[in-house]
Amino acid sequence: MPVIVPSIEVTQAENAVLVLSIAVPIAGILVSFAVSSRWTERVVIALLPVGLGIAFAIFMAVWTTGVPVVYLVGGWGPPLGITLRADGLSAAMMLTTALVVCVIAVFAHADFHTPEGETDARAPFAFWILLLSIWSAMNLVCLGNDLFTLYVALEVLTFSAVPLVCLDGTAATLRAALRYLLYAMIGAMLYLVGVALLYGVYGALDITILSQRVRGDMATSVAIAAMTAGLLAKTALFPLHGWLPPAHAGAPSAGSAALSALVVKGSFFIVVRLWLDVAPALPGSTGVQLLGALGVAAILFGSVLALVQQRLKLLVAYSTVAQLGYLFLLFPLAFDNGSGRLEGGDALTGGMLQALSHATAKAAMFMAVGLMYAALGHDRLADIKGIARALPVTVWAFALGGMALIGLPPSGGFLAKCFLLAVTVRSGQWWYAIAILAGGLLTSGYMVLFLSRAMAPAREPLKLCATIPRHRQDAVLALALFSFLLGLIALAPLDVLQVGRPAPISVGSR
Amino acid sequence: MTATTLFGLCGAVLVGTGLFGLITDPAPLRKILAFNLVGGGVFLIFGVVARHGATAGVAGDPVPQALVITAIVVAFAATALAVALLQRLSETADVVTLSADGGKKAGHVEQGSP
Repeated sequence: MPVIVPSIEVTQAENAVLVLSIAVPIAGILVSFAVSSRWTERVVIALLPVGLGIAFAIFMAVWTTGVPVVYLVGGWGPPLGITLRADGLSAAMMLTTALVVCVIAVFAHADFHTPEGETDARAPFAFWILLLSIWSAMNLVCLGNDLFTLYVALEVLTFSAVPLVCLDGTAATLRAALRYLLYAMIGAMLYLVGVALLYGVYGALDITILSQRVRGDMATSVAIAAMTAGLLAKTALFPLHGWLPPAHAGAPSAGSAALSALVVKGSFFIVVRLWLDVAPALPGSTGVQLLGALGVAAILFGSVLALVQQRLKLLVAYSTVAQLGYLFLLFPLAFDNGSGRLEGGDALTGGMLQALSHATAKAAMFMAVGLMYAALGHDRLADIKGIARALPVTVWAFALGGMALIGLPPSGGFLAKCFLLAVTVRSGQWWYAIAILAGGLLTSGYMVLFLSRAMAPAREPLKLCATIPRHRQDAVLALALFSFLLGLIALAPLDVLQVGRPAPISVGSR
Repeated sequence: MTATTLFGLCGAVLVGTGLFGLITDPAPLRKILAFNLVGGGVFLIFGVVARHGATAGVAGDPVPQALVITAIVVAFAATALAVALLQRLSETADVVTLSADGGKKAGHVEQGSP
């Protein structure tokens, strides 16, 4: 059987930057265990520019050369060795992850600061190493090119996400964390069954090798179905979303931002790898329409539930359930009826843009809610009148994030929906266009609901229980602005998302 | 029926029993135990895959064995984390339940959560 093993030249020393992107945060964690929590903060602050620089370097390498960056760990090629591979999707995802992590760290510094007079505090220490761990695991999810490495990456991601939920240690958040962990554990086991079956059938787990060998037999179908079900539980796609709202709303705001922006995208990213790279011809139109239908249900269900929430944090969490639905419209839209395969193309660009846009927008929104919570001491929607006068920058950041979710130009959400809508028309799947537009309408519904209350004049002057430092508000606003202006990348590196994709078989789709 | 088929079927039965327990049983500790049952089944399937890939002179394919060791460690870590959370929950709350209302509704059965 012909196996294309990447030639040995690709493991040039400079491609070791891929390993660094995973190892640098881990090194930070190891150092943190040896020092006090006061020093942990400093270690993290020092690592932020390093990690951002690494992600940027990888992005530029992929963008300028137009070919994936590949590194064979230890010089061992697949099927036994582990390949790290950064294609366009990974590079864009890693850069967004690094950006979001940096803003979260700036934001969280005030919340997870070791108190004066103490050298060691438990919650700050836990938060900072969990943040580094999420960063490292996200990079491994993006880079891993074999299914078992991805399994390990997913588990590291879960184990660093779950404790973030219950950092405050109350019964409600412990319950939410345990629920989340149980969903994630069973998701991982289903994924593992698939890995065992695929190895049994094909004797390899490397994605590149599998994509050449994969056939449409029973065992493969069962394996892909089990893995997808497991990943959907981790991504919280309707109807497996039950764990998400209490977990994301219960975590401290900086944690919610990381969970909603990054962690759920990790398992989504692996679904994309599985369906578009490993077995693009296997799911057929039934499989992709099923995922599409679940996506539509998630959009409608999540948006309507977001509309009726009484607490702002829960509103934002249900909005995540809805926005995750958009991501799964990628699959039916990427399906090419002529060749019977998932082709990527514009649907993939739109779907991934939606993921990146949602990551930045939702992180900004959760942090904005955190600032309002800190100022008011609560997040009850009924009692937030006058907050726009008290915290104008924060409310503006929240509004900008919301506009990116709705899809107003020139936001990333706008560009993503443009791509998706164009494909619905081109492929004649108009019902998805209705879902996309209805979702946008419902999103504007809950944004207007919030803004009208936030901007209403308060009956009596609003008493703030804390003053919010300006730099925290500015950091959140910067991220929201980034998300709002993300659509402008259409002018430059948009094609980077398609780097490393196989050329489409059919003519007509890009 | 060969031994491999028998072990494969055993694995399938374990996974099925575990999944059933995980979905239907509302008690968190029993859910964690059920997860370990699923895990046992999956690890057995890895063993079957290893035996299935045996070639002349080698009793089993070593790669699934290497994979399953990692998987066992990960599943063990997951169980430890879950038990630690559960223990903290039982110290903090009066009723150990997973339902969002803290088990206030009598006879409330957990729905939809595995």
